[in-house]
Amino acid sequence: MAYIAFRSLDFRYGTHGPFIIRGFELELRRGEFFVLVGPSGCGKTTVLNILAGFEAPSGGEVLVDGESVRGPKRDRIVIFQEPDSLYPWLTALENVEFPLRVLGTGRAERRERAAAALNLVGLHGHEGKHPSQLSGGMKQRVQIARALVLDAPILLMDEPFGAVDAQTRIILQDELAQIAARTQRTILFITHDILEAIFLADRIGVMTAGPEATLKKIVDVELRRPRTRGSPEFGELYEHVHQILSEEVRRTLRREDSLL
Amino acid sequence: MERARVVSERRDRFQGSEVTIVGTISVLAVILLWQAASTIWLPSILFPTPWHTLEAWIAMAREGVLVHHVAVSLGRIVVGFLLGTLVGVPVGLAMGMFRPVRVFLEPYVQFFRFVPPVAWIIPAILWFGIGETSKIFLIFYTTVFFVLLNTLAGVTAVARNQIRSAQCFGASVGQLFLWVSLPATLPYVLTGMRLAMGNSFAAVVGAEFIAAQAGLGFLIVDSGTWMASDRMFAGMLTLGLLGIIADQAFRAAIARWASRYLLVS
Repeated sequence: MAYIAFRSLDFRYGTHGPFIIRGFELELRRGEFFVLVGPSGCGKTTVLNILAGFEAPSGGEVLVDGESVRGPKRDRIVIFQEPDSLYPWLTALENVEFPLRVLGTGRAERRERAAAALNLVGLHGHEGKHPSQLSGGMKQRVQIARALVLDAPILLMDEPFGAVDAQTRIILQDELAQIAARTQRTILFITHDILEAIFLADRIGVMTAGPEATLKKIVDVELRRPRTRGSPEFGELYEHVHQILSEEVRRTLRREDSLL
Repeated sequence: MERARVVSERRDRFQGSEVTIVGTISVLAVILLWQAASTIWLPSILFPTPWHTLEAWIAMAREGVLVHHVAVSLGRIVVGFLLGTLVGVPVGLAMGMFRPVRVFLEPYVQFFRFVPPVAWIIPAILWFGIGETSKIFLIFYTTVFFVLLNTLAGVTAVARNQIRSAQCFGASVGQLFLWVSLPATLPYVLTGMRLAMGNSFAAVVGAEFIAAQAGLGFLIVDSGTWMASDRMFAGMLTLGLLGIIADQAFRAAIARWASRYLLVS
């Protein structure tokens, strides 16, 4: 049985708005790294938000381990694109401690586990800094550490490296691939960067252009890990995904043109 | 970046000794202008020179009159200000977090914020007499609206992702309130408190003008009645200085205890 299942998922605002998502079907296996790509504005984030429990579906349902999603829960932690989910009044260490504080974990254990999580994302020595004193890439690492500290089985990453500069992004991708391999989480990752998708994913899902967006095709990425971005297989796969995606992007552009 | 945004300590080229020099020149220039105005252009018993004002100020300080009036006015401000904050913050938070509370209270907030404290001076004196209660009520009234409206604006400005993250971690409503909404709103609360403090000075002086036996407002009006314009000016000078000191003290307190809440992510 699938670990996470989207069953004929519909979503629209209100009861009369146009459908943003229509009949979205997807099953994720336990421990897999699934990357969702699609034209911008197609509803990728909406799909993630419904799984996170932030938004309620207008039709269909999402199951996690056979249980219908009813709201946010500790087993699914979201890592946002913008670092504004970090608490600026807390230090990096205190931010990572936050989920444990919510749980009621004792101070000493909290400190220790948060420090270990920060260490895992390469932020040893930055524990006492506030988010405002960290670079964009470092803030995203704090977000990742804060998600890892809870041992949540599912990570939902909504373009986490989208606002990070190109060089840092590659380093973060490398680190995330290692962390994912080591910690065996089930990850749903959203991006519009095909290279990023191929580098990280076990499977890539390409979405159709909205409205009434749905899943167009799933591409298996059977490249051996650790992956190298320059290999011929990597390039072939890039062309393949690009082909599928660019049709949808063109549809989006045509639609936007006709609206002008 | 970093802490530069905390207490507007922007570092630019114009700083340190240059600021001191220009500041001193500025003060001297104004005193000189005042001196010229009060002796050459408008010599009158109703327009005291800086020197006479200073003399009156020193005399009142010696007599202990000044301390007395300052203490009375300040006491009223502190009590009314604290009460107003104590009510304004939770009500503002509740209005921001729970829609029914907001819908219920918003019309009154919107209405009464256009009825300025001075409009309440007479009713306050009629209801509460000329004692402390009427003054404290006015300061309370002034403070409540500034603090409440700023708190409300703060709650609605809390980053959605800060709330959503906490929900992911399983935070209860209480935890969300205490650990996210409240600290995230604090910069707005503090701004509201600073604005309220400034306006509290205006409100207390207004009330003391109309009915009081002590306080800086009383001192100014009483000196005016006796045509003691030097004492009147000394009272006004004290008011301005007191305001600056109060504001600086408040800012220092924020920098000392609350600076982490003014950081941005």
